[in-house]
Amino acid sequence: MLDTWLYIGIFFLVAPLIPAVAILIPKVIAPRKPNPIKLETYECGLETVGDSQVQFRVQYYIFALIFLVFDIEAVFLFPWAVAFKQLSLFMVVEGIIFILILLAGLVYAWRKRVLEWA
Amino acid sequence: MSDPVNLISEWFRELLLGWGLSSTLVQLISFAIGAVVVCLVAMTVVILLIWVERKIAGRIQDRLGPNRAGPFGLLQPFADVIKIMTKEMITPDGADSVPFNLAPVISVAAVLLIWAVIPFAATVVGADIHVGVLYIIAVGSFGIVAILMAGWSSNNKFALLGAARAVAQMVSYEVPMVLALLIPVLLAGSMGINGIVEAQNVWFILLAPIATLVFLITSMAEVGRAPFDLLEAESEIVAGFHTEYSGMKFGMFYVGEFLHVFTIGALIATFFLGGWRGPGAATYPILGFVYFYLKAFLGYFVITWVRLSLPRIRIDHMLAFSWKILTPLILVILMVTAILVKVLENANVWLFTLVMLTANVFIGWAAVQIMKQVEQSKPPQQTFEGRPVAMAPKPPASANS
Repeated sequence: MLDTWLYIGIFFLVAPLIPAVAILIPKVIAPRKPNPIKLETYECGLETVGDSQVQFRVQYYIFALIFLVFDIEAVFLFPWAVAFKQLSLFMVVEGIIFILILLAGLVYAWRKRVLEWA
Repeated sequence: MSDPVNLISEWFRELLLGWGLSSTLVQLISFAIGAVVVCLVAMTVVILLIWVERKIAGRIQDRLGPNRAGPFGLLQPFADVIKIMTKEMITPDGADSVPFNLAPVISVAAVLLIWAVIPFAATVVGADIHVGVLYIIAVGSFGIVAILMAGWSSNNKFALLGAARAVAQMVSYEVPMVLALLIPVLLAGSMGINGIVEAQNVWFILLAPIATLVFLITSMAEVGRAPFDLLEAESEIVAGFHTEYSGMKFGMFYVGEFLHVFTIGALIATFFLGGWRGPGAATYPILGFVYFYLKAFLGYFVITWVRLSLPRIRIDHMLAFSWKILTPLILVILMVTAILVKVLENANVWLFTLVMLTANVFIGWAAVQIMKQVEQSKPPQQTFEGRPVAMAPKPPASANS
């Protein structure tokens, strides 16, 4: 069991290494002639106006909140799904009631109009 | 001879042990080589897939596609690699260099990590961890971090907008994707990828066609390909999060996207099309590779086909599609699947398949009918009064008489 996790640990080292090497090769062989105009950030041919890392209104922060709820509840459902074959009918019904509560939450959010892009 | 991969790895292990290395070290070395080989094979397949995709695109759009470099243009992607390697990599003024350089690496690594747990054949199963599905979901989300890093560190407003859009899109489509993955887990009774493959005596696409469809759609949105390519919509925000990237750093985002699409093909093959299973795959593991790659390529082809056929959708439609259609649909399917699996616990396999298929088709049909009803009951689209409309001037009345 630990062996498989060791393999994944090694994979976590190897996976970033391959694209990193692919980027380091052109660091050596590619030309490098920076000049001030080339280094400007692109803004439709104009000089960049003001700070680029600006704040703007994010229309979907409520979406992110709903996402959080749904994702956590989906994680709760995974053990239920794994053990499904051994569950009694009562536990299956319990799981379905849980999903219905989830669905009710979605309907509530829908009726409260937080799912509208505004 | 039927199992060359294990044969070679056994021979290699014997060789290293014969040199007098400790068994722990040999284990470590063989794991490292295995990881490198898996990653490099995935990357090489992607280079070929770029050619395949351009050829398919050419045929669908009624042109030839690449046909100059090598036979059938087969050397075209290699020429492209050489070209992109000799291009200058520009880091723009004011860019935050650490996340700027790290983002393309992470975006490829996040996809490569998924390949750690995918079983290729009966005897070559990668890391068979018990929480394989959760691992895939968790690792797949790293890509979002890479896009956010790229968008923020580029010091460019288009990049920032693209990154913000990417987060909205991926956050919304993650929910139906995770719920769709619950269904194969439920049918197999296992969260390990190998357990799911071995449970597919009947392919899960027959037991859960709607879950397959939802998984396909949501993963297309996760990659950000057309029709969900709002994070790099050329007509709106230039190139989105990779506006400021050039040379090989851009190339890594490009490769990452293609790799992700092929990985999704592989995931669909594993979860819904029976993975490496096929006639003779259990006795001749080498056949498992063939079946697996064929099925993965089938998924890849479908995604490419959709990409080349459909236009980009509007961002509010895209979010509404996820929250108002896919999420309720997959929740209903989940409940129905749970009830049917419990009720038909001791039923014949064929009866079970038939009932599941009928239930799925019926729910799909009902969903389409409900959508049509809702669409018809909506008030007609508001028209703007007094807006100037170009019209031909009316001829004077006297002209007729």
